[in-house]
Amino acid sequence: MPTWVPACSVDDVDAEDVIPFEHDGVDYAVFRSPDDRYFATAGHCTHELTLLCDGLVMGPIVECPKHNGRFDYRDGSAQGAPVLVGLKTYPTRVEEGTVFIDITA
Amino acid sequence: MGRERLALYSLVGPESERAVERGLANAVWFKADVPRKRMKELMQRSDSPAIRDTAIWLGGMLVLGAAAVWVWTTVSPWLAAPAFLLYGLLYGSAGDSRWHEAGHGTAFKTRWMDTTVYEIASFMMMREPTVWRWTHTRHHTDTLIVGRDPEIAVMRPARLARILLNFFGLVDVPTSFRLMFLHAVGRLTPDEADVVPEQEQPRVYRKARIWLLIYAATLAAAVLSGSIVPFLLIGGPRVYATFMHLVYALTQHAGMGEDVLDHRLNTRTVRMCWFNRFLYWNMNYHVEHHMYPLVPYHRLPELHEEIQHELAAVYPSIWAAYKELVPAILRQLKDQKYYVRRELPPGATPFNEPALAG
Repeated sequence: MPTWVPACSVDDVDAEDVIPFEHDGVDYAVFRSPDDRYFATAGHCTHELTLLCDGLVMGPIVECPKHNGRFDYRDGSAQGAPVLVGLKTYPTRVEEGTVFIDITA
Repeated sequence: MGRERLALYSLVGPESERAVERGLANAVWFKADVPRKRMKELMQRSDSPAIRDTAIWLGGMLVLGAAAVWVWTTVSPWLAAPAFLLYGLLYGSAGDSRWHEAGHGTAFKTRWMDTTVYEIASFMMMREPTVWRWTHTRHHTDTLIVGRDPEIAVMRPARLARILLNFFGLVDVPTSFRLMFLHAVGRLTPDEADVVPEQEQPRVYRKARIWLLIYAATLAAAVLSGSIVPFLLIGGPRVYATFMHLVYALTQHAGMGEDVLDHRLNTRTVRMCWFNRFLYWNMNYHVEHHMYPLVPYHRLPELHEEIQHELAAVYPSIWAAYKELVPAILRQLKDQKYYVRRELPPGATPFNEPALAG
């Protein structure tokens, strides 16, 4: 049973950028791709737990602000050292200008 | 003292465990506040500055190397010395900053360009690219944290002879060859095994074998030609022209506070002229680089302008940095509790360190 929670308004996050979202003490990262699709992942880098919301988004890639580790935020896959473990990803949907993420995924 | 000092700074010794217990490992560090919009601008990647600089760097080496060999063979070996020195500076000194920036993946926008420059510069500086990628990662996580940072160049007390010998690569080069042979037979040192994940280790062994083949070919060329010129072009600059990379590198952290969790207190930003900034690829903005490693080298002067009100005073020259760091290192030979204390400007945000145990 999915648990959809509202994460942000569609305008809260710029295209090709990321914002943080916290729910029940858990950090998430909400992405808006250059073609205005929304994605959500775990909030911290799998390497050393730095918050990804301070990182750089380039196309489908987010780069961790601490060690430049890269992930494809669409599927969470690690793109090479120093990150070797992928990010957990969460389904998203947009309803009436609000981005929801399914935190049960 | 020698063994005790090495044990203190070892990544697998008791001090490493103590750093973890005290909350110094992978800790939260001070960051100057920069609005997200501005930071996004500063982090933006671009290929053109690094392509221009790399063309000058490699093109300069090509021209100077060819000129040096021509003068050596047709005029006089001694008259070739200036050209070899300049060639060597690009190879054995500027190679360090190229290794560093490309290793971070920020020099270029295009990933394969960073990777290519990183591999070339790693070979020039005789730094195993996979091992050093991981040790440098740790250096950024735990800058000057004793028992955690594998890149503390100046310990307390300093290994002075080692530092001085390394102005001519006389410790680094033999060490690099010893490690190359070790890696070529499929082994790592305990410190390396601590930082390099298992799945990355086969890369280390493969590259060591390739590098040894290149050096063997250079040796064969020297023997067959009866000349040292092949070594003046390949490998040799890491000895005869590596001194400038150490001149720059010692300004970064030497004599400064260990275990402080604030780059303003353990790192120097030093003003340098355009020539040094070209060789060093703007790494003189070292506080800024440590605080925001995603900002490319060519945007660091702008980042400096953005956050300088939060930083301790900039050192006006390399000379000014050395006037501080040399006496500090000498004093630390007798007093290991001494370190350079930096004054933050009035109004700068103090860093409220989390309560550290012990």
